[in-house]
Amino acid sequence: MFFIKLKRVIKAGFINFWRNTVVSLASVFVMTTALFVIGGMVLSSALFSSLIVDVKDKVDVNVYLRTDASGQEALALKESLEALPEVRSVEYLSREQALVDFRERHRDDELVLGALEELEDNPLGAVLNVRAKEPSQYEGIAVFLEGDPSVGTTPAPIVDKVNFFQNKLVIDRLSALINILQRLGVVVSVVFVCIAVLVTMNTVRVAIFASREEIAVMKLVGASHNYTRGPFIAEGMMNGIVAALITTALFYPVTLWFSNFAGNFFGDFNVLSYYLANIVQLLFLLLASGLVVGFLASWLAVRRYLGH
Amino acid sequence: MLYFQKVSKVYPDHSTALHDVTFTVNRGEFLSLVGHSGAGKTTVIKLILGEEAPTKGTVSFESVNIHSLRKKKLALYRRKIGVVFQDFRLIPSKTAYENIAFAMEAAGRTDAEVAADVPDVLELVGLQKKMSNFPRELSGGEKQRVAIARALVNQPELIIADEPTGNLDPINAHEIVQILKKINELGTTVMLTTHNRGVIDDLKRRVITLDDGAIVRDDEHGKYSL
Repeated sequence: MFFIKLKRVIKAGFINFWRNTVVSLASVFVMTTALFVIGGMVLSSALFSSLIVDVKDKVDVNVYLRTDASGQEALALKESLEALPEVRSVEYLSREQALVDFRERHRDDELVLGALEELEDNPLGAVLNVRAKEPSQYEGIAVFLEGDPSVGTTPAPIVDKVNFFQNKLVIDRLSALINILQRLGVVVSVVFVCIAVLVTMNTVRVAIFASREEIAVMKLVGASHNYTRGPFIAEGMMNGIVAALITTALFYPVTLWFSNFAGNFFGDFNVLSYYLANIVQLLFLLLASGLVVGFLASWLAVRRYLGH
Repeated sequence: MLYFQKVSKVYPDHSTALHDVTFTVNRGEFLSLVGHSGAGKTTVIKLILGEEAPTKGTVSFESVNIHSLRKKKLALYRRKIGVVFQDFRLIPSKTAYENIAFAMEAAGRTDAEVAADVPDVLELVGLQKKMSNFPRELSGGEKQRVAIARALVNQPELIIADEPTGNLDPINAHEIVQILKKINELGTTVMLTTHNRGVIDDLKRRVITLDDGAIVRDDEHGKYSL
């Protein structure tokens, strides 16, 4: 009997969905908007994460060594830096390489190149390029360098200068900004999703308000609460399925337009390829959201008119 | 089969709809309930359907107090009663056939039973050619026939017709009453409320007259006397 009833409920829901064209279109439209917000949040959070990873990657601290520091001393410092848990990588740039890079950077500047020719020796020291796992950890690394015997006041220091102290303000602000952006992202997503869900629920409620007489009649002819409620819930869930399919398809032109528009502003991250690579997961997420919202909206709306 | 025992009903706005009403409906009877607007007819029907609870007294169907029934039992109980309203109360989004089929499906009948019984009952009320029409495509008389067919299809023990002729012209009204008489002759108890003097005088069956929430007459072969 359960399956017969289930079949009837789904069939009735489908017939209602099909016959109430205007109401169904309105509900699907609103739900598509809601799901678009949810999907948009997912895509933009992926975009943001990649952007943040990109920016984090661009932050580093350079340890400029003195010109009289030997290669061995430099490598010893590199190793002790690499042993720090905060450090992701340390790149060693030899004096010679530093000079080559310097020349390359200033190849159009006759004055600088001329001045360089006047010097007998290579004026540049070797450089250690340090990358931390998190921008907030640079401070710890800098503090370590200050306390290291090879730095500052100790005899025969090999470190000339750490540019963290010049970049400190920028790095601090950047890590604070990234923190705020991530938190804000979560809050904004939750608020938007709540608004979208509430608007959908209201639309469904208005649609079901028009059916309150119908609900009363169903009860009068002896239909149980579940049997009365069933077709409305089935219809709500169908709205959700159709809206999820439309939304998923709609993201193709949107991401296509966006990737053309943004070009390589976001580095290597391409929204279109991200969308295409994750289309199945996105579809499932939207289907699940559509089904849950459709179910809840209809269930709550009908409950009002079922009474005792 | 149906017992009203010292039933009073006071609505939340302190208006008294029924006052100390006692009567019995016997199986197989054709009973008419008459009275002015506000006399309490609709309240009697709401009490029978369990839509309202009495303030005092009990309403029982067979030996069961209707108002002690829980949700699920109440739905089961309502399937024993077929109701026909003045405003038809058909489901507008369903065709004539589907409106009747819905009542059967709600009662848990199989698809085969639905397919067999719905055309039969539509034939009984003379509407077999309009089974695919929606309520908005039917005349008042036709809608009322669909409502009667729906009330009838689950072979209820009692059919309640609340002003079924109120919105109909005399010819359609007469036809509806003839259908109700036929149903009663086939063994179903019928309870009719009406304002229509012609209908009552024509029937020559038991008439209960309500006035201001109380029973003023209960005649075995009554006439309309208000």
